[in-house]
Amino acid sequence: MEILVCARRVPDTSENEITLNSAGNDIERDELVYSVNEPDNYAVEEALQIAARIGGNVTVVTVGGEDDEEILRREMAMGANHGVLITDEAFSGSDGLGIATILKAFVEKGNYDLILTGVQAEDGGAQVGGMLAAMLDYPFASLVNSIEVLEGRKLKISREIAGGDKEMNEIDLPCVLSIQTGINEPRYVGMRGIRAVASVPIPTYGASELAVDPRSVGGAAARVKRVDYFLPALGKGAEMLEGSREEVIDRLVGLVAAKGGLK
Amino acid sequence: MPRIFAYIAHKGGVADDSAAELAAVAKKIDAAATLTAVVMGWGAELDSVCNAVRGSYAEVWKIANESLVYPNAELVRKALVKVLPAGGVVLVTHEHFGIDLAPGLSIKLKAAFVSDVLEIEGVEDAQLKVVRQEFGGQVSAHVRCDISSGAVVTIRPGAFKPLESTPVSGSVNDKSADVGVLTASRRYLQTMVAESGDVDITKHNVLVSIGRGIQEKDNVAIAQELADAMGGALSCSRPVVDAKWLDKSRQVGSSGKTVKPKVYLACGISGAFQHLVGIKGNPFIVAINKNPKAPIFQVADVGIVDDLLEFLPELTNKIREMHGVSAK
Repeated sequence: MEILVCARRVPDTSENEITLNSAGNDIERDELVYSVNEPDNYAVEEALQIAARIGGNVTVVTVGGEDDEEILRREMAMGANHGVLITDEAFSGSDGLGIATILKAFVEKGNYDLILTGVQAEDGGAQVGGMLAAMLDYPFASLVNSIEVLEGRKLKISREIAGGDKEMNEIDLPCVLSIQTGINEPRYVGMRGIRAVASVPIPTYGASELAVDPRSVGGAAARVKRVDYFLPALGKGAEMLEGSREEVIDRLVGLVAAKGGLK
Repeated sequence: MPRIFAYIAHKGGVADDSAAELAAVAKKIDAAATLTAVVMGWGAELDSVCNAVRGSYAEVWKIANESLVYPNAELVRKALVKVLPAGGVVLVTHEHFGIDLAPGLSIKLKAAFVSDVLEIEGVEDAQLKVVRQEFGGQVSAHVRCDISSGAVVTIRPGAFKPLESTPVSGSVNDKSADVGVLTASRRYLQTMVAESGDVDITKHNVLVSIGRGIQEKDNVAIAQELADAMGGALSCSRPVVDAKWLDKSRQVGSSGKTVKPKVYLACGISGAFQHLVGIKGNPFIVAINKNPKAPIFQVADVGIVDDLLEFLPELTNKIREMHGVSAK
């Protein structure tokens, strides 16, 4: 099975506190630690496990700039066969529709049976996978938390719905699935693994290679634009307990006991 | 202003609570709008849903189709594309079904798409001004969406106060004939109900709940000891389940359990919306987090900025002392 995983490099919220910059219009981008978007990493692991079970190749693609190459190498160190960087100044500022338009052009140059994305990016809208599927006229399922390959170019999948219930579906290939975290346990990647793929060439594609009309993508074509970031006015907010740890614990125990929290 | 449509989710003949919230959103987009609810499904329960939303919507489009007995997003999308006029604004609730339906619907309607909207700030020169959250709710963003050729907008459940229904009831128009035969390349099989697990966190008055801040599996025992000392149970947020440190049955949130404790200790939990919606009944919330800017402090009653791995054992010892158990 030929599997394509669409991944993104994003600020890592488990490593950073995301705060506003001093101008108050963007997040503070100095010294941010970036990594592969968490659900995308689960998607790559799932692709690798499917390929290991039934055979096939895994390609990881990202739309971005030079800096984004690092996540492709990371996913190649996990075992992905190929990494592809889609980059062009004309793509800068694309909204979700623009990214889906670019990815569609790339998908049509290949012969993929299965396309995976993460369910949502840290700064995204859970949109590109569903848009891409509709553009390709492929079936789509979101929030996928298990995949079983059936005979006859079909998959049996489950989706995570409310309350931890699972919605079981059968879906025809080729299809697009958005992968939920927790579907598997992504393998560890060490420095050694990353060094091993450090010199593997990563092909790049731009607007002309993909035959994407630059006017259909990028900031000028975007119908959805983020104007700025801000911190909403807080509600009443928590009463912060301060002082020595012992004092804090004494006060906390008193408050919790008053609320019936101690037997 | 474009026409505004709301897709009404329903189950067992009952409209989802979000139906009246979507009506409120529509009025915020255009106070003068004539609101249209689109209700799809099959059988007698469809009529009770249509009736129920007539108080909030001036017009109800009923679409009965046997293939829609279970709401398969691909079939619903195809049906919507057949009945909706070009250029409208379509509102959908941002939950598992809306996430399945809405992005692809926007492509087929050639409409703009913006998701998980928390607030509407108005329309100016065909630009819909909305507020979204990013990075797990750590920051908010003002977003502009060009609605001149229509838009599909998904709305965060619970973010808008429901529109009070009016005594004037809307009309129900049966549009079923416009839809015809529907086929899908994805087929619903069945729903597997979540397993209940060894401990039922929904039945406890005291929950010690851990998040990513617990850092590693070996530290889970520290929180379990505190829960034991308090006579409560141990619960968690999503990353702890994803890492397989606790069973799914311990997860609080939209994809986990809804809990109603008296006291909730959120330990190393940042406070993403998906977690907070699982906490009901207005408990006394204590947040312990090393990040003073964590969103959890906005909703907690009491906040403590400290290192969990040091704070929790000391708290456990203090409670044991009070109970007359010698501290370890």
